Amino acid sequence: MNPVLRKRSSLWQQLLARPPGVLALGLLGFLYLCALFAPFLAPYGPGDQDLQRTYHPPTGLTWTQEGLAVRLYENADPTQALYRPIPGKTAAIQWFPGGHSYRLFGLLPCRRHLFGVEPPHKVYLLGSDSTGRDVFSRLLYGAQVSLSIGLIGISISLGVGLIAGGLAGYFGGWFDSLVMRTTELLMAIPGLYLLLALRGAFASQFGSGEVYLLIVVILSFLGWSGAARVIRGLALSLRAQTFVEAAIVTGLSPWRILWRHLLPNLASYLLVAAALSIPGYILGEAALSFLGIGIQEPSASWGLMLAQAQEMKVFMCNFWWLLTPGAAVFVTVAAFNLLGDTLRDVIDPHFRTGSR
Amino acid sequence: MTNSTLSSPHPDPEPLSPLLLEVEKLAVRYPLPGGFLGRSRRFVEPVKGVSFRIRAGQTVGLVGESGSGKTTIGKAIVRLISPHSGEIRYRQERIDTLSGARLRPYRKRVQMIFQDPHNSLNPRLTIARIVGEPLEIHFPALRAQERRDRAAQLLARVGLPADSLDRFPHEFSGGQRQRIGIARALAVEPELIVCDEPVSALDVSVQAQIVNLLQDLQQELGLAYLFISHDLAVVEHMSDLVLVLNEGRIVEEAPPEELYRNPQNEYTRKLLAAVPSL
Repeated sequence: MNPVLRKRSSLWQQLLARPPGVLALGLLGFLYLCALFAPFLAPYGPGDQDLQRTYHPPTGLTWTQEGLAVRLYENADPTQALYRPIPGKTAAIQWFPGGHSYRLFGLLPCRRHLFGVEPPHKVYLLGSDSTGRDVFSRLLYGAQVSLSIGLIGISISLGVGLIAGGLAGYFGGWFDSLVMRTTELLMAIPGLYLLLALRGAFASQFGSGEVYLLIVVILSFLGWSGAARVIRGLALSLRAQTFVEAAIVTGLSPWRILWRHLLPNLASYLLVAAALSIPGYILGEAALSFLGIGIQEPSASWGLMLAQAQEMKVFMCNFWWLLTPGAAVFVTVAAFNLLGDTLRDVIDPHFRTGSR
Repeated sequence: MTNSTLSSPHPDPEPLSPLLLEVEKLAVRYPLPGGFLGRSRRFVEPVKGVSFRIRAGQTVGLVGESGSGKTTIGKAIVRLISPHSGEIRYRQERIDTLSGARLRPYRKRVQMIFQDPHNSLNPRLTIARIVGEPLEIHFPALRAQERRDRAAQLLARVGLPADSLDRFPHEFSGGQRQRIGIARALAVEPELIVCDEPVSALDVSVQAQIVNLLQDLQQELGLAYLFISHDLAVVEHMSDLVLVLNEGRIVEEAPPEELYRNPQNEYTRKLLAAVPSL
């Protein structure tokens, strides 16, 4: 009798009792909150250009009598995008200024932002890109795409994998063969080429919303096969358990057995699989956008922002701030992997079916 | 052979009690792997033409060594396995040809208790759900609270405390879990319970408790048992009639006293000789 196993809610408690779990959950919570409140946190819109301030370095922050302020810069050499701070000249940071209007959570009309400076001046916390757009703002808006694509993608592919794999494992027979041969076909083709081919098949111009959906669908189409195979194996082994036989003898319908007896026993695996697979979707979106066939300008996504950073100029002139989306991808992926590993540590010792 | 023995005066304690289960020339086959495109031409036949009857309130013991086909017979009777040939009739109705929802009335009358108490309860469900599930299926008119009350009654009947309802299977010992399994089987108010080695996985002291519980329940509820075991002592203690199974065939069929005193078949004699005596 293990007291740790007593209640199902103890999964949370166990996760929070482990420093890596707290770290991962904290990081992810912070990132998702940032994405959720992106229009409020970002001082500018994702497409607001300023051609006078291209490749502007991150503005320095100082403390003046008026409070926190940003340094002002002059463009010393436009050909090299060389900016120099003007000594002694600053613009005070305003808290909750009005700005461009947006809808918070897509619903509440709003004009307030967290911070900003008096209009002719600009605050670039993470510098600006080739058309003078604020990298910090675009990073926040990009997080909305990059972070949500993983969640939606994993829900679709785990859903499909659960239905296909669960039914294949439980019923067996021709359906089992069909599903398994299909997954083998999908897995036999190198992922990136299939991704490119599928994207190519829908090459015509789409709006950014449609492209977003398309990417999710393509990534899920590729992603369900692995999940389906593992779930089939688990369903197959669970099916042979006596408690499933007991349920049959009780007179439960197959659907009820799947829903009530197999699914709860798969839940721990699904949780770990989800946490460990989400990075694949984030990286997949980033790869597509990086190659120019994902999210389109002027929308922002981390992969698309990194695509900009592949210009030679960025390396020659050391515009390091354009690489921050890479850091964001890295932190997110690492946090999800950490979460998945910790979850597995919590779940695995007791429920060995959950191991991969 | 079957009919002659059954019509003899010995087997039935109450010769007039109604006939519940009739198994006639039951055979079960499994295809062996191999063959072209999954179509196997080779089979194993763990049960080869077995016939017997169980009357209401009667306990029929089924003994045999491992691999003799005992469990397969039990699973065929509760239709976890479809028979290859032969007939299974329950109260004169053929049930070996039914499937799906049409089996449900039968499932309300015939239940099973499983050998392994650790695997037979879903680890993710509370005891209230486990015992309440058959009620949900077979007594759909009951409301949630009524189901819970009934589950508590059933648990009390098998000797478990009322606070067991909201606990999970891993919090119980093997004997307690077997009691939960019995409560689950009793929930549908069955007439016949197939007990598949219900005490083999338990400690000797717990075995006696479970056997006594089963006997009490039989007295009280008029249950019939098909008691499958390799343990001759337990079968002798429980049964009104003992069937000895060897390689898928019934080789001897007699009331326990007679069987133990004067075994007719060579295999039965070997089996009896193999019992360790203390």
